[in-house]
Amino acid sequence: MSILATSGRPPLVKTESLSKSYFLAKALDNVNIEIEKGIIVGLLGPNGSGKSTFLKCLMGLVRPTAGRVLVEGREPDVVTKAKVAYLPEVDHLYPWMSVAETIKFVGAFYRDWQPERVQRLLELINNVDPRVQVGRLSRGQRARLKLLLAMARSAPLVLLDEPLSGIDPPSRARILKAIVSEYEAGEQTIILSTHEVAESESIFDKVIFLHKGRVKMVADAEELRQSRGTSIQAMLEEEYA
Amino acid sequence: MRIELDLAKPIYQQIIDEVKRSVARGDLKPGDKLPSHRELAQKAGVNPNTVQRAYREMEQAELVETLRGQGTFIKDNPRLLREIRTGMAHQALAAFIKEMRSLGFRDEEIRELVEDGLKGTGESVLHEIQETEVSTNEHPGNERETTPRQDGEPL
Repeated sequence: MSILATSGRPPLVKTESLSKSYFLAKALDNVNIEIEKGIIVGLLGPNGSGKSTFLKCLMGLVRPTAGRVLVEGREPDVVTKAKVAYLPEVDHLYPWMSVAETIKFVGAFYRDWQPERVQRLLELINNVDPRVQVGRLSRGQRARLKLLLAMARSAPLVLLDEPLSGIDPPSRARILKAIVSEYEAGEQTIILSTHEVAESESIFDKVIFLHKGRVKMVADAEELRQSRGTSIQAMLEEEYA
Repeated sequence: MRIELDLAKPIYQQIIDEVKRSVARGDLKPGDKLPSHRELAQKAGVNPNTVQRAYREMEQAELVETLRGQGTFIKDNPRLLREIRTGMAHQALAAFIKEMRSLGFRDEEIRELVEDGLKGTGESVLHEIQETEVSTNEHPGNERETTPRQDGEPL
């Protein structure tokens, strides 16, 4: 049993004996987690440890095989989906739309869409011609556009599935900077799954280590540094060695 | 304020230490405004919540004060500023002594070096000691080879 919530407030996210199997493979195995409001959580673990499945369960894209997921006390439905911004790991954008069209198209779905943030984010991370077709963007540019679409919303819960993977270091740095700049401290909760721990660990309040679908550790990032005297990256290498 | 992060140490503590260093050096003076949580978070690439925690602890220590709607400022607290300078001097001194001892210098030599360093003639003395140091290494465990005051101790 792992408890993240430290304040008296009800947790924003709670899972109860959450398990998910794809045929015979167990992607998540009895996960019990509470995540409080207003923090940035690093969801860490090697490939196939269940990070994406965990986020998909919160988003309501995947149904648990057993147990429950609660977002603001509700199982994922229309109400919770309006409060969750999700950056999927896969490339989900239409290649034939221009950058400007994509932003307009996606923005039209959400009530919490913030046009002034789009402007800031465009300057901060995109610097591409908005008339360019998405299909002609580089991988790093597409990753940055995906982040813009997730961070342009004022959603209470933001799920970022591997926003840094497979892109060049300058793009990664820009993405992290954009997350810090647009994050509504104390209000929004961001859960970010990543392999690039060294680059991203300075923005985490808490970290969750997953391994083979199980929670290996849940901890406060600063307390871990204090008690172990190493970086989270180094700790992770030790844990999974 | 420039913060080079060491990810093996708590980040909020490093922010506090950097403010203290800036205050001790005089780069930050009483009444000076600190960057906002978000500004500093962006600049250092850290979580705004972490900056907030650092500021909160500095408030509790009465190093800074936050004025509603105006920002966070270095407090005019001469006693604390003195304490910080003294504390940092002790830290620097302890680190220096530890380093010198680990290089094999004896307290006598360290004292001499510091004296000469303060007079601005440290370099020549250093050369001298380095030379003797080399010969000391040839006879490990031996006191001092140039002064013939061994009492027949076995090597």
